[in-house]
Amino acid sequence: MSVHELETLFQDKVDKEIKIEPKDWMPEKYRKTLIRQISQHAHSEIVGMLPEGNWITRAPSLKRKAALLAKVQDEAGHGLYLYSAAETLGISREEMLEQLHNGTAKYSSIFNYPTLAWADIGAIGWLVDGAAIMNQVPLCRTSFGPYARAMVRVCKEESFHQRQGFEILLTLSKGNEAQQRMAQDAINRWWWPSVMMFGPKDDESPNTLQSMKWKIKRFTNDELRQKFIDVCAEQVKFLGLMLPDADLKWNEERGHYDFGKINWDEFWQVVNGNGPCNKQRLDARRKAHDEGEWVRQAAVAYAEKKKMKATMVAA
Amino acid sequence: MSVSPNNQSTDQSIHFSTSQHINFSTTQLINYTLHLADNALILGHGNSEWTGHGPVLEQDIAISNIALDLIGQSRYLYQYAADLINQSNNPFPPVSGRPVTEDDLAYLRDVLEFKNCILVEQPNGDWAQTILRQFFFSAYQYFFYEQLKQSSDERLSAIAEKSLKETTYHLRWSGDWVIRLGDGTEDSHSRMLKAIDELWMFTGELFEIAPYDEAALQNGIGVNVKELGVLWKQKVTAVFEEATLPVPQTTTFQKGGKTGIHSEHLGFILAEMQFLQRAYPNSQW
Repeated sequence: MSVHELETLFQDKVDKEIKIEPKDWMPEKYRKTLIRQISQHAHSEIVGMLPEGNWITRAPSLKRKAALLAKVQDEAGHGLYLYSAAETLGISREEMLEQLHNGTAKYSSIFNYPTLAWADIGAIGWLVDGAAIMNQVPLCRTSFGPYARAMVRVCKEESFHQRQGFEILLTLSKGNEAQQRMAQDAINRWWWPSVMMFGPKDDESPNTLQSMKWKIKRFTNDELRQKFIDVCAEQVKFLGLMLPDADLKWNEERGHYDFGKINWDEFWQVVNGNGPCNKQRLDARRKAHDEGEWVRQAAVAYAEKKKMKATMVAA
Repeated sequence: MSVSPNNQSTDQSIHFSTSQHINFSTTQLINYTLHLADNALILGHGNSEWTGHGPVLEQDIAISNIALDLIGQSRYLYQYAADLINQSNNPFPPVSGRPVTEDDLAYLRDVLEFKNCILVEQPNGDWAQTILRQFFFSAYQYFFYEQLKQSSDERLSAIAEKSLKETTYHLRWSGDWVIRLGDGTEDSHSRMLKAIDELWMFTGELFEIAPYDEAALQNGIGVNVKELGVLWKQKVTAVFEEATLPVPQTTTFQKGGKTGIHSEHLGFILAEMQFLQRAYPNSQW
């Protein structure tokens, strides 16, 4: 069969909503796009552990401490499923980590912002996980089978995290003045970066069209962003707090909220490495990896010794 | 009449020690429970510092899991201690006008009131030191809970039974790692030797009898920790043998944590852990 015929067959399967599995033929660009997207997603989970992990040792109650620890641990688990899903496409975890550490692979820019107060943990749960869910729920139906199945598990846990985050903010919003200020300040700092999590505007997102055709993506960046803003604009009312956007207004005609101008300059600055914590996050990942080197070597050495002993006994 | 700060503190301590509402054994049961809770919390807290920084993703998850188990155990124990305090009419000075909670006990006591063993407050160090600290403690906690299951105190017995399942896993996991690192590479072996050198001296305290141990033992509530030392040593010896590590013959002289005399590390741990509760007192979180 010619490549053209294979491509037609492939697209036909995608159009019929038949999942593509690792052993199936797929266009090289589809494979590459998925590797990029899934590994980026996995890296985001792992790097995302850092800003929240910051507050595990300072969580204000035992219940919050346990919940936060469990949440950050869940993210490690998500990273694990996603690395495994990417591995089915013919790349090793080691290679993906190398790409993260040398800066060729990206991760979600949101994690390059600092967590300065306890309320940030609430804001991350509500806004960052909320935005992630908007992105990820459609991915449960993405055309590549292992990715879709990984996302089903991820989404279940993420929505739990989001409720937890909202509940942290709700508690603070009902608390004393200092706590209310803390909550509002966190929303002020996390709102716009969360809105930017959906990526560049559709007309500046070169991969969107092809990804939609392959059903990797189901909605465009701007569609998802609008949906997120509509939901948050309503939810914030329950907190008695404000989203930091003077132009946020319900538009009857569109059936959506209008919102203010996004600072795309900031977005590209952070994507390109100049966010407040880009260096610290990558340094922390590299440090953990480098300092873990001797541990991984010891585990391999021991496993080999054990295997050798077993062979000797068998012989 | 002048009221100097000195007088105030004397008044307070008199008030505390002459409280009519509680009898001797309840105080000791509270202390006993707090001691167990503090052990679990401080070690869980230390382990949780690894979350996001582990040597490999699977082990990052494993150590976080152990941290979660320990923090969970501490919560059951603090909740029980809080119930005991509340039933005995609130002799907990930082709180008045409302019942004491698990969080008050974790976040509003200072170094001298914490009763954990010094071992668990030692720094994480490298992976070898964290592993060995966990192994020493889990080996102790395993035999401890096994006996606490027989306690005539129903709450403690139930907590022991539930926790023992977790501790069995902690012991197996940490023991496997001791073996892997001891018998891994030259580097990992020498790191284990260093970890032993750092931590061995603190292990004796696990088997020291504090006044609350004595009281709990007499009431059929507690475990004779002195007797656990033999079982612990057997377990450690077996694992060390497989790990090609020497069992030190030196004395294990460091102690005091069980009665509130800690190493310098605990103050820093509490400063970090208790920050929000101290900075924003009487807040709901």
